[in-house]
Amino acid sequence: MTERARALLEYADDELILGWRDSEWTGVAPFLEEDVAFSSISQNEVGHARALYEIAARELGTTADELAFDRKPDEYRSAPLVEFRRMDWAATIARHVLYEAADEIRVEALKDSGDEEVAGLAAKMDREEAYHRIHAQMWEERLRGEPRFQAALDELWPAAVAVLPEELRPELAARTGRDLPSNSLLLAHERGSHAEEWPALWEEMTEVRRSVPGAAW
Amino acid sequence: MIYEVFRQERKGQAFAHAGSLEAPNDEFAEEYAREFYGRRQESEALWVVPRTAVHEIDDFVDELGRNYHRVDGYSLKVKLKEARDRAGTSPS
Repeated sequence: MTERARALLEYADDELILGWRDSEWTGVAPFLEEDVAFSSISQNEVGHARALYEIAARELGTTADELAFDRKPDEYRSAPLVEFRRMDWAATIARHVLYEAADEIRVEALKDSGDEEVAGLAAKMDREEAYHRIHAQMWEERLRGEPRFQAALDELWPAAVAVLPEELRPELAARTGRDLPSNSLLLAHERGSHAEEWPALWEEMTEVRRSVPGAAW
Repeated sequence: MIYEVFRQERKGQAFAHAGSLEAPNDEFAEEYAREFYGRRQESEALWVVPRTAVHEIDDFVDELGRNYHRVDGYSLKVKLKEARDRAGTSPS
């Protein structure tokens, strides 16, 4: 697999799985307006995953659906940060804030990449991500004084750093005003390892596809 | 806080009431309004107004029944016909 396809799959897997996890709030968010807003953000993420998978699929001679749902659990390249099961609202927002901060750096790098197709998609995605960032910042502001939120930020920080390739990590540390975690702390969160909840999520996510293999839906 | 949202469908058109939403502050209200009334390109612009800023007046009195003040209370067509009949200039 080329470096390009690998990077596209990492990004697509992150967006698909985060979208899935955030959608666990549909119907149970703290109030209706937020329920709609957060569900819509999660749908955007799945839409981004689809577009990224499509580019990767053309290169790999497969389809977006096959990449999204027909791989084995250990073939997914998602960062463990996005795999954690629905946490409490403070921790969900902490993940959202950290992920959007990392994602902004990643999408900027892709917009500047020489790859015209990927840069074009990154620019499109970034126009939606801008609203995700506004949403994340509003909540960050609102929960700033909440100890559960601060504790979740500290706890999730190493996993958030591991979303980015090594060369982009110092930028995330600089923007968030945090220190980069030690390599030993990062190890459990690097791509290739998965969160404890991942196998159960994979089972559920691929359940319908696996129920009738090869079907045309 | 409750906010009222007004929506302009096309440039130049009047804003019409779209609905209301609940949000903890102005910033959230704007974000939610965008989400509910703008994300499908169905709006050119939105006005997001705290309900407390809307002054409702609904106590209209018309004690003397002066229906000629109302656009729907005074049938010009009938009056005109009567006048024409009196003057013998009725077009028929």
